[in-house]
Amino acid sequence: MFELSYLKAKSLSEATSFLSTHPEAKFLSGGMTLLPTLKQRLARPTHLVDVSALAELGGIEAKGGQLVIGAITKHYEVAASAVVRKVIPALAYLAHQIGDQQVRNRGTLGGSVANNDPAADYPSAVLALNARIVTNKREIAADEFFQGMFATALEDGEIIVRVQFEVPRRAAYEKFRHPASGYAMTGVFIAEFDTGTRVAVTGAGPGVFRWTDAEAALAKQLAPASLEPLVVDHTNLNQDIHASQEYRANLVKVMAKRALQKLLNT
Amino acid sequence: MSKIELTVNGTKHTREVEDRTLLVDLLRDHLGLTGTHIGCDTSQCGCCTIHIDGRAIKSCTMLAAQAHGANIVTIEGMAQGEELHPVQQAFTDCHALQCGFCTPGMIMAVAALLKDNPNPTDEEIYHGLEGNLCRCTGYINIVKAVKQAAQTMK
Ligand SMILES: Cc1cc2nc3c(=O)[nH]c(=O)nc-3n(C[C@H](O)[C@H](O)[C@H](O)COP(=O)(O)OP(=O)(O)OC[C@H]3O[C@@H](n4cnc5c(N)ncnc54)[C@H](O)[C@@H]3O)c2cc1C
Ligand code: FES
Ligand code: FES
Repeated sequence: MFELSYLKAKSLSEATSFLSTHPEAKFLSGGMTLLPTLKQRLARPTHLVDVSALAELGGIEAKGGQLVIGAITKHYEVAASAVVRKVIPALAYLAHQIGDQQVRNRGTLGGSVANNDPAADYPSAVLALNARIVTNKREIAADEFFQGMFATALEDGEIIVRVQFEVPRRAAYEKFRHPASGYAMTGVFIAEFDTGTRVAVTGAGPGVFRWTDAEAALAKQLAPASLEPLVVDHTNLNQDIHASQEYRANLVKVMAKRALQKLLNT
Repeated sequence: MSKIELTVNGTKHTREVEDRTLLVDLLRDHLGLTGTHIGCDTSQCGCCTIHIDGRAIKSCTMLAAQAHGANIVTIEGMAQGEELHPVQQAFTDCHALQCGFCTPGMIMAVAALLKDNPNPTDEEIYHGLEGNLCRCTGYINIVKAVKQAAQTMK
């Protein structure tokens, strides 16, 4: 790892003003993505500004049809939270499927959303649950936030404070785990609202996306049979040593059907 | 440089280290606690697993500076004198190790797993140990040891 300076931020304003005076500094949350990246020398920040103890970035609260979760909330805290399990159990389930117990004990919601790994789990929930990402500067709708592989609407030095999920009637998540890493080869999050059903897919494409054909079909009838005739265009999907584009296209449909069946059983 | 204060296995330590120092290097090189192993250094194998404030973490994926003020338990802190921790005893009884390289991390991960879930099913054991790799045992006896430890700790 290159030489760097570590700073533990004492307040949100200290963290953000530090970033604006040191353009090569980076926020550090759980470090489960950033530290491996630094070891591989894929990034060379001058400073790491640890935000993991900022009270402004913590907390889990359900209010007014929303579930609000602070950016530094760890995956295990979401998985174990009585509030999350009651209000959006599918989100607690998703958090419990991330990586392994050691990763869940350190990794955070804000880090995962800011990083936007194309195979990460959380982006699918954020998108399907029509969440708003609240930063130190503004609120960003999930539909505008995720912009493809590792790309987001965040500007330099902008920090995620919390994520506001819209509470659905019912929701479910199913993923095909990469057998070694646990990341999603394909994961599908389905959320049913009074206004319609949202279907978000992670792991299959270069970034999380909404499967709008499925949403339209489920608007007519919320049943696995509605998904049966749909064809997933494989040409925009990922291809690597683990799975071909055609295989991932098939996984999208299979995971969507499983998630929907699970949703209907809740 | 940062001045790090932490409690390891009940003893307070203070060390001055470079900011980029990994927690596992602080434990092994500065405190001489070499029971915590480095298998991969890429967050995959779990050999470096320790407890911070009672929860399992991979000490190769944390800076020493992030652990300032933390309460840490390593494999050296598990036995009470001559008496092995029930998870250590179960690994011995069930022949849950061969070369032993993964074992310190495995034991720390199992102890944390049983704290969250004192009576895990096979599936829950597999899920709980996703972050720990063993190249020798094929895991069968490790799962047996988890079950024995769960019994004795009841
Ligand atoms: C072995 C292993 C297995 C894993 N398996 C999975 C898996 O199955 N599914 C999955 O989804 N993920 C998985 N992960 C990734 C894990 O979930 C990480 O926790 C997550 O991607 C990043 O969160 P973090 O808190 O560790 O962020 P960090 O590593 O601290 O930061 C990541 C990036 O986000 C930025 N950042 C952090 N917090 C903020 C903030 N509040 N505002 C703005 N920017 C911020 C940082 O500057 C950095 O660029 C795995 C990781 C490992 C090591
Ligand atoms: S050495 Fe830390 S996970 Fe392998
Ligand atoms: S006993 Fe050899 S790696 Fe597990």
